[in-house]
Amino acid sequence: MKKKTFRFSNLYLALVMLITYLPLIVMVVFSFNDSKLFVSWEGFSLRWYQELLGDEDLIEALGNSLILGFLSCAIAAVIGTLGAIGMVRVDFRSKGMIEYLSTIPIMVPEIILGMAFLAFFSLLDLPFGMVTLVIAHCSFAIPYVFMMVKARLVGIDKSLEEAARDLGASPARTFWDITLPLIMPAVLSGCMLAFAMSFDDVVISIFVNGATLSTLPIKVYTQIKTGVTPEINALCTLILVAVILVMLCSRLLGRLRPHSEEEGR
Amino acid sequence: MQREKEMKKKKKSKWWLCVAPLYIFTLLFVVGPMLYMLVVSFATNNGSGYGFYWNFTLDNYKKMWDGVYLQCFVQSFQLAFFTTVINILVGYPFGYFMAKLSKRGKQLLMFLIMVPFWTSSLLRLYGWIIILQVKGVLNAALQWLGILEKPVKILYSYPAVLFGMVYALLPFMILSVYNSVEKMDWSLVEAARDLGASPVKAFFGVTFRLTLPGLLTGVIMTFVPSMGLFFIADILGGNKIVLVGSLIQDQLTRGSNWPFAAALAVVLTVLTSLMLWAYQKLTHSNLEGIF
Repeated sequence: MKKKTFRFSNLYLALVMLITYLPLIVMVVFSFNDSKLFVSWEGFSLRWYQELLGDEDLIEALGNSLILGFLSCAIAAVIGTLGAIGMVRVDFRSKGMIEYLSTIPIMVPEIILGMAFLAFFSLLDLPFGMVTLVIAHCSFAIPYVFMMVKARLVGIDKSLEEAARDLGASPARTFWDITLPLIMPAVLSGCMLAFAMSFDDVVISIFVNGATLSTLPIKVYTQIKTGVTPEINALCTLILVAVILVMLCSRLLGRLRPHSEEEGR
Repeated sequence: MQREKEMKKKKKSKWWLCVAPLYIFTLLFVVGPMLYMLVVSFATNNGSGYGFYWNFTLDNYKKMWDGVYLQCFVQSFQLAFFTTVINILVGYPFGYFMAKLSKRGKQLLMFLIMVPFWTSSLLRLYGWIIILQVKGVLNAALQWLGILEKPVKILYSYPAVLFGMVYALLPFMILSVYNSVEKMDWSLVEAARDLGASPVKAFFGVTFRLTLPGLLTGVIMTFVPSMGLFFIADILGGNKIVLVGSLIQDQLTRGSNWPFAAALAVVLTVLTSLMLWAYQKLTHSNLEGIF
């Protein structure tokens, strides 16, 4: 009896995962298809990979997305981590309010932020482009880092910092040698989540990207609406390979490092 | 003593430097835009072009009671509701079964869930278009199997949009349910079983209740974003289903009526805040629990 229900649950998990991966599998398969249509198999070819490398627009959009992701991640890592460290130590009366307000960008539907940023940046007369994109993406990247680091700070053993201080370490030294290594996994996972969100975002970006700059999701969005080339399949395959490699690497690194079991996500 | 206290105060007072960037960014780039949006929602539209002038009016809000626009809100809520219900039905068992797997199984599944999460959702959506379109993979497969004689139109319909929404938001439901089942104290279920409760009764009496906060987190994380995901309805629904999100986007670009778009966004913000407030009242926690 027990064995049987167990098997059913495995079947269910496998089925949902299969549906989840179905579009990716189809895209990977068709990326090697020597046909412009998606109905029949015309034989193996690397044609779309070749054309992808020649497609400057698409490569540029990919580059923009990567730059945008890294910039907003880096800024969010600094502001979010510092903010979390400071917030658990200061006792301003406005603290709770600011904490709440800073998480608005990940609580409300993205379209609202897109609208608000579009109007606000026009008011400030900021030129729409990478700068506005980075600001907009930071708005939702910061809360991810902030929340993760804060949760971690609350969880760490205070006596470790106190011990370092008692042994004569300066506050700065204590921070570098004790606090930072302890919260680093949280900073990293916050950054990874922020990057994934930034790399995926189309709703906010489409309002603040300006006329000339395009990110990868925007490019794909406009292509879907106007007409797609199979290069997209090749690109999807490459991204998929990159993601799997990065994730396997981070897993391996995590395994090499002791005490990192709970940072499984 | 006095000196020590002063030193402590001095030491403490330095921490404001740490929070200063967060304060500045939040006030300037979160509160600022949101407040400005509120202000714009009371401005008067120019009628032509993108401009608006500062003449206080409530017209933008009154306009929403017009049938067409009200219909948008109803449709958005409906779609968000159905999306959430299906997500619960599919995601809860998934999160539950996943939490019961061995450690290796959990790790593998977590890996499998995270990979698509990192691969742009638009690309995956495009994969679905290849599958679902009239001359697509699904129709070809069904015809080959002899189930269908003629290809059917699946894309650009309500079910297609609903499917796309469920597909895009399911991971959030799965992860929040999984987290709460994972944290649950199984000895309570065992105790219920020892006291003679049937498996079904033990599940609904103990497991389900204990994981309800996680489920509610998942509900919030699917319901709220689904109100704004205009591009899924746009791509898979082919402009047939107009959601509040699409309406706002339309008013900002083609309609060029910023004050009205701002008013719509303000109402959407208020509705979202009400839901978040209800969630906090229900679970006595905030969404930070999910991290």
